[in-house]
Amino acid sequence: MITAGIDMGSRTVKVVFLEELKVDGAPQLRWGVKGKHIMFPEDLDPDQAADKAFEDALKGAGISRDQITRVVSTGSGRKQVKFANADITEVGAGARGAVFMCPTAKTVVDVGAEEGRGVKANAEGKVVDFAGNEKCAAGAGAFAESMSRALQLSLKDFGEASLRSDKTIPMNAQCTVFAESEVVSLIHSATPKEDIAKAVLDAVASRVCAMVRRVGIEDDVILIGGMVHNPGFVQSLKGALGVDKVHLPDMPEYISALGAALIAADGDA
Amino acid sequence: MIANYGYKDGSGEYYISIDTDKCTSCTAGRACLTACPKEMFEIITDDYDDEVAAVKQSFRRTLAFDCTGCKPAGGYTSLPCSTACTPGAIKHSW
Repeated sequence: MITAGIDMGSRTVKVVFLEELKVDGAPQLRWGVKGKHIMFPEDLDPDQAADKAFEDALKGAGISRDQITRVVSTGSGRKQVKFANADITEVGAGARGAVFMCPTAKTVVDVGAEEGRGVKANAEGKVVDFAGNEKCAAGAGAFAESMSRALQLSLKDFGEASLRSDKTIPMNAQCTVFAESEVVSLIHSATPKEDIAKAVLDAVASRVCAMVRRVGIEDDVILIGGMVHNPGFVQSLKGALGVDKVHLPDMPEYISALGAALIAADGDA
Repeated sequence: MIANYGYKDGSGEYYISIDTDKCTSCTAGRACLTACPKEMFEIITDDYDDEVAAVKQSFRRTLAFDCTGCKPAGGYTSLPCSTACTPGAIKHSW
């Protein structure tokens, strides 16, 4: 049996196929990331993006649509995936995928492009408590991306630059727009780029941490979503949460899609 | 499950927490739907197929303003939503 999870995020579409195999007579799940990130071109509507991502993923995996028994969509654009059999919130999918990747995880921190959230999950990967921020982009990847542009650094360099700083510069603005003006002021006052990068990532971590604290921090903590690729953010988050270890799964931006595929396999949604 | 709907901004933290485990066996006849003067609550089917109360999407970014009328400044001594929800599922963070 092969199921699919498709995560329609605000910036990218992620597709994961999940296959149940028998290994020595025992069922075992094998998952493969076959879907490529598709940035939304301006002339491509979300409906088409989902179709294109799915077709590309099928080609990449060398399987046909007929072999897929069930598709579950998630993410902010989940309702726009017309061919999905069901949909699930990004909160539920993220928790399920995160606990699958790290069975001891109780606190799931999910920071994607559009939104960050804190989730407390039980051993089955079900959500016990969650908090997000419905209003503010300052606790999400898009904010870090916007600030890296202001510093004229690539996202990769931005994250690495932050690790070279040991300064703590508080950013007072809660809003992305005002925060950018703070960054510009820091640039004008000749503050080194690495210090500004750390200030920005500390600010994102602080916003995310406020949400995680609402649900309570309980070991083990796992971070999922695209911001896992930013080592500066991971460092800032550890400091903000006050924990020594944060689990970082492979291919973190696919974990919600994996969760959706797992739920498709369960037939729950 | 505790679902926190709302946000934190420069002026404070504004979350309405709903203990959805108390919603599934609601003994208040879903009074939250009518108790809120702005009709901010709705019943949704959650990820686990339970019918639970939620704050409507359109209100989740403006709670600080939408709930003002039911706070002490609006002449209330207790919140209509929390009072109507006798199982105690609804709480405000501010």
